[in-house]
Amino acid sequence: MTQRLLEVRDLKVHFPIKKGLLGRTAGVVHAVDGVDFYLNKGETLGIVGESGCGKTTAGMAVMRLTPPTAGKVLWQDRNVCRMGPGQLRSLRKQMQLIFQDPYSCLNPRMTVNQILSDPMDVHGLYPGRRRRDRLAFLLETVGLSPDQGRRYPHEFSGGQRQRIGIARALALDPELIIGDEPVSALDVSIQAQIINLLMRLKQEFNLSLIIISHDLAVVEYLCDRIIVMYLGKIVEAADFATLYREASHPYTRTLLSAIPVPDPFRTPQRIILKGDVPSPINPPTGCRFHTRCPEKMDVCASEEPEIRRLGAGHEVACHLYGTP
Amino acid sequence: MNPSAPLLSVEQLQTWFSSRRGTARAVDGVSYSLKAGRILGVVGESGCGKSVTAQSIMKLVPSPPGKIVGGRIRFKGQDLVPLSREAMRHIRGAKIAMIFQEPMTSLNPVYTIGNQICEMFTLHKGYTKRQAMDAAVHMLEKVQIPSPHKRVNDYPHQMSGGMRQRAMIAMALSCDPEILIADEPTTALDVTVQAQILDLMLSLRQEFDTAIQMITHDLGVIAEMADDVVVMYAGRVMESAGTKALFSDTRHPYTRGLMASIPVLGRRSQGKAGQLAEIRGMIPSLLELPRGCRFSNRCPEVLSVCREEEPDLVDTGKGHMVRCWRWPAASVEEAS
Repeated sequence: MTQRLLEVRDLKVHFPIKKGLLGRTAGVVHAVDGVDFYLNKGETLGIVGESGCGKTTAGMAVMRLTPPTAGKVLWQDRNVCRMGPGQLRSLRKQMQLIFQDPYSCLNPRMTVNQILSDPMDVHGLYPGRRRRDRLAFLLETVGLSPDQGRRYPHEFSGGQRQRIGIARALALDPELIIGDEPVSALDVSIQAQIINLLMRLKQEFNLSLIIISHDLAVVEYLCDRIIVMYLGKIVEAADFATLYREASHPYTRTLLSAIPVPDPFRTPQRIILKGDVPSPINPPTGCRFHTRCPEKMDVCASEEPEIRRLGAGHEVACHLYGTP
Repeated sequence: MNPSAPLLSVEQLQTWFSSRRGTARAVDGVSYSLKAGRILGVVGESGCGKSVTAQSIMKLVPSPPGKIVGGRIRFKGQDLVPLSREAMRHIRGAKIAMIFQEPMTSLNPVYTIGNQICEMFTLHKGYTKRQAMDAAVHMLEKVQIPSPHKRVNDYPHQMSGGMRQRAMIAMALSCDPEILIADEPTTALDVTVQAQILDLMLSLRQEFDTAIQMITHDLGVIAEMADDVVVMYAGRVMESAGTKALFSDTRHPYTRGLMASIPVLGRRSQGKAGQLAEIRGMIPSLLELPRGCRFSNRCPEVLSVCREEEPDLVDTGKGHMVRCWRWPAASVEEAS
């Protein structure tokens, strides 16, 4: 029986733009504008999209690091948006983050042991003599040696720092780890080490993961299900194989075709889009992708497409697939 | 000039950086050549010396602490290394142009795009201001910037990342250079914008017949763009060959490791993906390089000789150059 860990319903995160001395609201950035998704226990969910699509904001809103404007985030059937400070603290013990840049997310004045101890101190876990064993266990789990715990972050390479970030996320025995571009800043040969580490840890600790990334190849490799976002909306969601083989939204197809494949014998069938991503302050009417869509129809500019089911777990928001 | 001679040939180039902790041999005996009208991909991870090689060709190595301590950079037969600043100024921009990874930091924020492109024409071609402005608009049109008459008056911050990179390319190509050096030109861009820029570069190469040296860490970009590839590691060339030969007959263990370590789109969906192969360990510091072959401490196929002595870069047949003890030089007949 699959256990529903997280359910997000009609989530909206808007950021007002303040202008002038009086802080008059001059506009609203529609960073996330009505998205629904869920995560089962033990599952890895990928959120992909280009910059400004709202993928990071959606991830932050799940942890309530960014307060949602509207909608619901249900963590094991409790609404995250309504939680008090005490409940929120215990929620965040169960959800941990890994960041993109391993250089800026570790305090340079703390040793690795202090960095790893901090979250356990806050939550009163592994006190006293158990702490030392715990630190050694965490470091060994991510492939570092326990005596490296006395060193400072600047003494480590980028890949090792990302390992420290992962050890910190594991310190509280979380249920869910959200990785925001966890391998994007790493060198190619180091990327594989971290991807393999994440896959191993997921098995070992029965974790659920949300991987936020712009890199479809990495997401396809790591995730069970993938959602594709464009300008604050979900355009398509499917399991990894369906998304790759039967991509249905023109934007998903464009994204897939845009990725350079390391095979010089293959001629790329590339869809080249015109123009840039429009501003999320005044997103286009109707379907948000219609200004760049190679398969645009008249209805696309005026009416927003609803989410339609194409198959088991395969959903798409596009007028190509009929009106309901 | 002999038509089959390379346009640019880098011979045993050494660019070192001195610091209090020692000398970092960022580029250490690098040789390769770029032929007219071809695209050469230079691939490698951070610290391999790919960007410093490019800076050396442009003579833009920050000095001190950096210095070209040896080797030659021949551009159409002429060695650029001993050239004076003044002589170099006539080559840089006019004959060899460069575009960078992050156009926001390489464009001047206080001048309009038009102004910055104009400078190329007034400086190198002696145009008047009005002529230069017309030429600038024409260049923006060439790189497919919509309404170039208006955008020419934009400041860099008013443009998106993709637009800025287009403007950079317009500027680089404005004097019709013979060589364009592109240092990670699409790394900071979104994939759909990257596709636009790569497409643009390919079509402009057709039109301007510019030879391109493309520096990147992305093997996918290399496979699609490059005719020839140079693989660098810790300041050395490890392998170089035609792109198809490099991908189908990969010889150096480092190159093979790189190729096996990247997730390839579609492989898992087609049931073909196993665990990603890792290159164990990490990139060595240039101040503490391993003895012998610089890859020996991470190499899965290391021999005892590898830890003692460094192999030379040799032709293992048909111009496929490899620096590895496991790949001896081909005999003279085979090599030719």
